[in-house]
Amino acid sequence: MAASCKAPSLPRFILGLAVGGALGSVALFATAPAAAQSREETLLVVVESGTNSLDIHTVGANPASYGVTWNTYDRLITYGTKTLPDGSLSYDHSVLKPELAESWEATEEGIVFHLRKDAKFHDGTPVTAKDVKWSFDRMVTVGGFPTFQMAAGSITKPEQFEAIDDHTFKVKLPVKDKLALPDLGVPVPVVMNSALVKKNATPEDPWGLEWTKRNDAGGGAYKVESWKPGQELVLTRYEEWKSGPLPKLKKVVMREVPSAGNRRALLERGDVDVSFDLPPKDSQELAKGGKVSVVGTPIENSLWFVGMNVKMPPFDNVKVRQAVSYAVPYQPIMDAVVYGRGIPMFGGPEKVTSAAWPQPSPYRTDIAKAKALMAEAGFSDGFTTTLSINQGAAQIAEPLATLLQESLGQIGIKTTINKVPGANWRAAILKKDQPILVDTFSGWLNYPEYYFFWGYHGQNAVFNVMSYQNPAMDKLIDAARLESDKAKYEDDIKSFVSLAFEEMPRVPLFQYYLDIAMRKNVTGYTYWFHRGLDFRPMAKG
Amino acid sequence: MASSVPRMVGRRLLAALPSIVAVVVVTFLLTRALPGDPAAFFAGPAATPEAVEAIRHSLGLDRPLPVQFASYVAGLARGDFGTSLTTGQPVGAEILQRLPASVELTLAGLVLALLIAVPLGVAAATRPGSWIDHGARVVSTAGVSLPVFFTGLLATYVFYYLLGWAPAPMGRLDLFATAPPTVTGFYLIDSLLARDLEAFRSAFAQLVLPALTLGLFAVAPIARMTRASMLGVLSSDFIRTARASGLSSGKVLFAYALRNALLPVVTTMGMVFSFLLGANVLVEKVFAWPGIGSYAIESLIASDYAPVQGFILTMAILYVLLNLLIDVLYGLIDPRVRIDA
Repeated sequence: MAASCKAPSLPRFILGLAVGGALGSVALFATAPAAAQSREETLLVVVESGTNSLDIHTVGANPASYGVTWNTYDRLITYGTKTLPDGSLSYDHSVLKPELAESWEATEEGIVFHLRKDAKFHDGTPVTAKDVKWSFDRMVTVGGFPTFQMAAGSITKPEQFEAIDDHTFKVKLPVKDKLALPDLGVPVPVVMNSALVKKNATPEDPWGLEWTKRNDAGGGAYKVESWKPGQELVLTRYEEWKSGPLPKLKKVVMREVPSAGNRRALLERGDVDVSFDLPPKDSQELAKGGKVSVVGTPIENSLWFVGMNVKMPPFDNVKVRQAVSYAVPYQPIMDAVVYGRGIPMFGGPEKVTSAAWPQPSPYRTDIAKAKALMAEAGFSDGFTTTLSINQGAAQIAEPLATLLQESLGQIGIKTTINKVPGANWRAAILKKDQPILVDTFSGWLNYPEYYFFWGYHGQNAVFNVMSYQNPAMDKLIDAARLESDKAKYEDDIKSFVSLAFEEMPRVPLFQYYLDIAMRKNVTGYTYWFHRGLDFRPMAKG
Repeated sequence: MASSVPRMVGRRLLAALPSIVAVVVVTFLLTRALPGDPAAFFAGPAATPEAVEAIRHSLGLDRPLPVQFASYVAGLARGDFGTSLTTGQPVGAEILQRLPASVELTLAGLVLALLIAVPLGVAAATRPGSWIDHGARVVSTAGVSLPVFFTGLLATYVFYYLLGWAPAPMGRLDLFATAPPTVTGFYLIDSLLARDLEAFRSAFAQLVLPALTLGLFAVAPIARMTRASMLGVLSSDFIRTARASGLSSGKVLFAYALRNALLPVVTTMGMVFSFLLGANVLVEKVFAWPGIGSYAIESLIASDYAPVQGFILTMAILYVLLNLLIDVLYGLIDPRVRIDA
């Protein structure tokens, strides 16, 4: 006691110091006036996670790399642009446009491309057919995803490619596959500076993958200025780009900001121009707020669905699968899970009348009917099962599974939710040992038979998570792939869609939106099937 | 006396070797025991089982475990930590590049915590039961019970979004500032060395919020320990003697009481520093801070073995060095410790 009486002011002084120190550091925050000039010509983009490779051919190149290579490399051809009903822009899958190739023609053997003569790579080397040949050999040889993607268009072997002269290039095709040409417009078939890559290749790595992973070997509209993996990517405009009109933006900075709340705050405060691939709740609220413009585009040929493993009882019983289809709480999912940022894929007409995909199934929530079907199937007392979800997509999958669990409980199906970590999801669906799961799949090429080829075909690809195998279905899918008569082709599609709705191995839920939020002066955003940003048509007004 | 410190350091380093070896073995086995299949993860969309096997082979994951371990250890001996599959970069280089970011943040958080906690603890100890004491208790309880990601988000919301005082939470530097040439990797020091005041200001402004968030979390243990230890010392005989001899209260408190009370505080600091390095993971996520915490988490999610192993190994070495430093500090503060290290 004596001590504190002697110096009554001391503790107060110390406390003052402490509080003052804390406040003092707060006051020192003041933000710097950002360099105004470079700000005008620079587009600042925030994303949750960025690319892990500058080359789409490398092992494990992630989806973000598709968007990066889209801007830094040229392909032979690309797609046109169209305006959607809501006024936003989208690529047009029905229009193929020249990029490095000025023109092309179909021959008996395949396709012949005529390259533009003025194109140069970023280091000034002219682009020749030899570079195209080398790059194409590379993509079908390195294995993994690039090789697979090209096989979807019957492009599989180096022998199919031939450089006729410096500016003429031939792709030979074993069959008249109508997906071959469109497949040359996806992000994979990039044209690389072969001399530059060869110089940096090693005997163990003849295709120079290690080098291109970290270095730019392209001739696209943007050059890589700097890249810090996990942090930031800076692109600058390539002034000598000839494959299209010179882009308006001089510089693009993509920063990774993992926290969704902060990405939103940054945009609303005007510190960044674009926030890409937003969670649905943020898009809905930002759109309502009106401070920024939000553009949502339904992701083509994609679907969130409930899949049931037809090889595992009791889901081998079609009545059980139909019962589940009637028990799904469709509308609550639209309201509470995707916040309206999706197109409902339920409550459609009884008979399939359209050849579009995805299209609404005839099912709607009807618990009484579901119960009746369960009784018919001999499960009036219900059963117990495990519902698996991908934790990597927890934002949607988790609330969805909870709603589904509650609803299935009403018809006697007791479920425990099995949350599979994102890293394990693909391994888990490869094993095909999960009775019922929630998942999504989307196809790059916008053809119904392409979706069904991956999702329903008896080849049992990894995305046929239901292990559904039905010769009648396979026949229809294969026929549609090669059918050139439009009416017959559409009949094939309607037939396999109705078969899918009858058998219900997967229950369509909704078609999801790809959402982007931008400051109001940003223009030219275009939706692409690869879900990367194309900076070439974008501008800041 | 002077030679006893290097000798102690050498002896302690040798004693740490077995634990480092154990860490190498255990992390290797643990990462392999993790559920998840990197080959399936990196095979990409539309992969068939054959494609996954091909990837597994190219990653060397189809070889028996002892062979994988031998090549891992051989790599370590050459200073090669392997290559991260998620970022595609060599792990060693990435950790070296990211570690300073984490350490700078942690040190700043610790210094802030000390600036707040020690005065608070001393004040609370000099007047136990007073409003200051209660206040200190409230502050430290709040600091430790609020999760850092929450305080981080709250701080960003208030100071950046609402008030606009803090810079955008986008990492270590303002978007338009350029990083100073790397000497230590600490931007605050490097920018001063390069006499780049603009970069220093930017780095400092970016650091304040995350450091405060982290620091708040560390206030509680330090303040409590300072208070308890001060209380003990203040009631001891030599303080009564000092007071009786008419020494000023400031001299009694700071020259005699505080120095003696600091020993347990230093021990606590070592502990606090290590758990701050852990808490970093969340703060780094909130502020997009490019440190090793966020790096480790992302690698773990992708079952990317090499960075996880590299991270744990780095942390283990860091802890060993930290403990050593604390022991040395002990000796400097309290001469009695030096006699028998």
